[in-house]
Amino acid sequence: MSDTHSHSVAFVRTETLPQLPPPASEAGVVKWMRENLFSSVPNSILTLVSLYVIYQLVTGAFPWMANGIWNTNSLAECREILDGATGACFSVLTERWNQLLFGFSYPSEFYWRPGLAFLLLFVAAAPVMFFDLPRKLLLFTAVYPFLAYWLVWGGTIYTPLFALLGIVIGYLVYARFVKDSFAMGFFGGVIAAFIAWFIGGYIVGAIAPAEPFLEAVQSRDMGGFMLNMTLGVVCVSLSLPLGIVLALGRQSDMPIIKWICVIFIEFIRGVPLITLLFVANVVLAYFLPPGTTFDLILRVIIMITMFSAAYIAEVIRGGLAALPKGQYEAADSLGLDYAQAMRLIILPQALKISIPGIVNVAVGLFKDTTLVSVISMFDLVGMIRGPILSSTDWNGVYWELFMAASVLFFVVCYGISQYSQWLERRLATDHR
Amino acid sequence: MTSVTDPPQGSFRLSMLINDTRYRSYTFQFIALVLLIGFMAYLGINLVSNLAAQGLNISFGFLGDAAGYDINQTVVEYDSQSSHLRAAVVGIINTLIVAFLACVTATIFGVIAGVLRLSNNWVVRKLMAFYVEIFRNIPVLIWIIIIFSIMTVSMPAPRDFRGEDPSASMLFESFAFTNRGVYSPAPVIDGASGWIVIGVFIASIIGIFAYRRYATKKLYDTGQLLPMLWPSVALFFVPVTLVYFILGRPITLDYPSLQGFNFQGGLHLRGSLIALWFALAIYTGAFIAENVRAGILAISKGQTEAAASLGLRPGRIMNLVILPQALRVIIPPLISQYLNITKNSSLAIAVGYMDVTSTLGGITLNQTGRAIECILLLMLFYLTISLLISAVMNVYNNSVKLRER
Amino acid sequence: MKKTAFYGALTVAGFAASMASAATLDDVKERGTLNCGVTTGLIGFASPDANGVWDGFDVGVCRAVAAAVLGDPNAVEFVPTTGKTRFTALASGEIDMLARNTTWTFSRDVDLKFEFVGINYYDGQGFIAPRDLGVSSAKELDGATVCIQTGTTTELNLADYFRANNISYEPVPIETNAEGQQQYLAGACDVYTTDASGLAATRAAFENPQDHIILPEIISKEPLGPLVRHGDNDWGDVVRWTLNALIAAEELGVTSANIEELAAAPTGNPEVNRLLGTEGELGAMLGLEADWAKNAIAAGGNYGELFEKNIGENTPIGLARGLNAQWTDGGLLYTPPFR
Repeated sequence: MSDTHSHSVAFVRTETLPQLPPPASEAGVVKWMRENLFSSVPNSILTLVSLYVIYQLVTGAFPWMANGIWNTNSLAECREILDGATGACFSVLTERWNQLLFGFSYPSEFYWRPGLAFLLLFVAAAPVMFFDLPRKLLLFTAVYPFLAYWLVWGGTIYTPLFALLGIVIGYLVYARFVKDSFAMGFFGGVIAAFIAWFIGGYIVGAIAPAEPFLEAVQSRDMGGFMLNMTLGVVCVSLSLPLGIVLALGRQSDMPIIKWICVIFIEFIRGVPLITLLFVANVVLAYFLPPGTTFDLILRVIIMITMFSAAYIAEVIRGGLAALPKGQYEAADSLGLDYAQAMRLIILPQALKISIPGIVNVAVGLFKDTTLVSVISMFDLVGMIRGPILSSTDWNGVYWELFMAASVLFFVVCYGISQYSQWLERRLATDHR
Repeated sequence: MTSVTDPPQGSFRLSMLINDTRYRSYTFQFIALVLLIGFMAYLGINLVSNLAAQGLNISFGFLGDAAGYDINQTVVEYDSQSSHLRAAVVGIINTLIVAFLACVTATIFGVIAGVLRLSNNWVVRKLMAFYVEIFRNIPVLIWIIIIFSIMTVSMPAPRDFRGEDPSASMLFESFAFTNRGVYSPAPVIDGASGWIVIGVFIASIIGIFAYRRYATKKLYDTGQLLPMLWPSVALFFVPVTLVYFILGRPITLDYPSLQGFNFQGGLHLRGSLIALWFALAIYTGAFIAENVRAGILAISKGQTEAAASLGLRPGRIMNLVILPQALRVIIPPLISQYLNITKNSSLAIAVGYMDVTSTLGGITLNQTGRAIECILLLMLFYLTISLLISAVMNVYNNSVKLRER
Repeated sequence: MKKTAFYGALTVAGFAASMASAATLDDVKERGTLNCGVTTGLIGFASPDANGVWDGFDVGVCRAVAAAVLGDPNAVEFVPTTGKTRFTALASGEIDMLARNTTWTFSRDVDLKFEFVGINYYDGQGFIAPRDLGVSSAKELDGATVCIQTGTTTELNLADYFRANNISYEPVPIETNAEGQQQYLAGACDVYTTDASGLAATRAAFENPQDHIILPEIISKEPLGPLVRHGDNDWGDVVRWTLNALIAAEELGVTSANIEELAAAPTGNPEVNRLLGTEGELGAMLGLEADWAKNAIAAGGNYGELFEKNIGENTPIGLARGLNAQWTDGGLLYTPPFR
């Protein structure tokens, strides 16, 4: 049938043509560029403008970076070598890297201690961040704060040991009584922990060796990027439980507790962090018992913790509000009391959906730790603005130092926010 | 008999305070209240005994004393003999100025970057992603200092404009970009007729809105579509230009000129203001860009398709369907970004911009030593601003809330 | 009822605590270190070197006090303070003494309740200007932009000076000395003003110091000295007489080179003997060891040695003794007698 047809009609082609590649404008790079860069006139203009901007950025920065000098001892030497040419003087980084990272008075032979604590932080954070890892690892997470404290501050190991012991005792008491009543278990646990710490304080004082294995380092000797990291990690981890309590308090139907929480949260969120740091720096001392002074760093930790707790409380409140009402009702209908419902049903879900928000708060807070430079603490920015820029050798090196600071912060913050986005995608269980 | 059947209502036991749900919440609240009062009293007693030990007191009398220091950027009248209170007011005004400028600019940056991040142009998209990530992930304090340093180091000093063959020159003979800031021409309003021109201008803006309202109403009532663009443009330009020339050009420009050490005359935007303004705007702009992007993405594609199937043109789809819904998502975080700008403007202290943190919380505090009073006032100011902005946000949220049945 | 008891307990606790902390001298001895407030970094007066060891003229005073009280000039914890934080740090007890070129003024002494124990440097506020600006007197600065470091008396002096001479200026407040330098060198301000000693230190750090002149006007009196809290007179005496010992040592010719020899046995000069503890009981009266002054002087030398080593004419800062010479040389240093 078909071949009669093909032979009979003269103008029908009898053989298939070889396949041609698509026209140049519809294939490969050209097609991609046409669709993505030059699809319309305004789009083309935008592309050209962007390319110009990129060109300017690259030509501006590249010679400066490529010509960088890494091995002089002062800016003057640097300028001598460059002899008028464009070029960065990165030798400030090679000469002062230790001050940028650890501050100027942390003993250099102990740099491995905060370094190790930093590495272990990843191990400790992993089981919290990735749910697939074996749950046993959480045990290390629980021990980590005490270990890190011991590594960074040094001193006798008994202090963190007894602090840990107090918590364990508190937990045991809690576990014993929680079956009767959550309140009894909770308060009993807290009281037991305090008693353990109180007694532990005396025991530590008695048995502490004169020459501890890790030599104690004063907290005012800490500085540089390490100070930013310490403040960030300590304050975020302390503010988590506080934030949960505040969020629950704000949702509570007991008016007095609710209003205490509301006023606290709104007050803290209404003022800039820098005023709270001023409080830590110049006012808080007036509110402490006469004669007691604590470290500036401790005062700052208190204020930043309060600050981030208020923000975290709002995030968790959002998580609590986002849970379907059915969850609360289901918990009630099972006959669970408030503590059980919260602990077993509500909080696990609410916290899970709050994690991205909490991570954002944590990133913001970590960036805000640079504000301590305003109150004469030598964090990374404080080190740059203070001792390094005012030294005769390096007076006038701005770009290199601030670029280094920016890179450090960028790496950490970008890393965390990428994690947060990954988590958000993973937690997005609703199929849209 | 009765004692068996009746519930044990009379026999109140102490353990019921903790075990009976009827009383438990009172117990907890009572404990919380006692703890709170105890804590407050503890702080109060410490404060009193500390102050007593040092022979100090708390008093706001210092606010009336002469401040003794000068402030460079003053909108209201101020000199070194004015009171500390007036210095604080000058600072408050400066805070509001930089916060306002930064909010407007950040919104512009953010909207542009947010929309362009969704563009189908690959280069633009990547460039905007780069902008957002770079600025979001580096502390704003570092940005403020970097921009201030750039301005100081790379802009010409006023003395470079001087001499036979100056190494720098003014733009259009009217703008001077120096490392002390930007000098630009300032409008000088000449008496009553000048104010009339301004009045006419404001009136014509009100007129534009009235006309648009009228046109919309007409559209809904009769279906007749009145032209929008041209009447608006005409209303904007024509009356004010006419009045301006009829009254004999009562508004003139005062050009800056180099006299003595500095440029004199014109409007002086100081380097510290520009650095703070620009840094806050570009930093917060990156956050706003993310909000805008999220807002637009939150509108499901079905909305666009449905509008298109109704026969709406793309511009109208954006105006009538997408934007009203996206704004509902964008505006609440936008307002909290404004709040952040206002609070972050307190970093002015790093570049010496004389905002309220630098005057009241800075020099006044240093000179008088009244730390508690100054910081209390400072916090009260920021708290008031925050509560005002939150109130605005609540009003807005209520007005756009989806009316669900 | 219950609440009253609670308050009562708190009050008692509060007072008990305040009793315990009344004597700074005992606290310092018990702690074993002296907490001394210094600047965040001003070359010549107090700045940390690359190894974080503090050095400078004010630091020398701290070390002398530590040596006098504890016998060890290195038993000092240096607490960097800014213009804003220094007074609170002292008032709250975070630091035991403040040696941070702080100007002795009426209101700081009386209203802020501090005790200036003496003057270790007679200073005054001056201006530095680029040579090519063509200015030879501060009175020619009408309309100039002036950089000032905030948080000090400088801004008040400046406002007063320009007001008194009826000329206008534009103040540019700066947080740190390093940023002041940056602004000034970039030409963002025409002149930079701070204490004359600070100007000399700043100029010393410039690439071409000879391109900048310090204007002849000194517009204020700035007696700088260490200070302690009001009300603890014992401690105030310790710091005051340590400073006086340094000054007296120079007057009496006691230097770090010959002090061991002079302190070994009583010498012919009874005042030297009393100072160095080989005669009399001056140390015990202060509650210190007999060789307190010897330790203080041995720590960094006498006043003159400290001056020459840190800010004197042979250092980059190159300050002349001027007003800070001994009274016998026409200066203002005149210590009360040690008897």
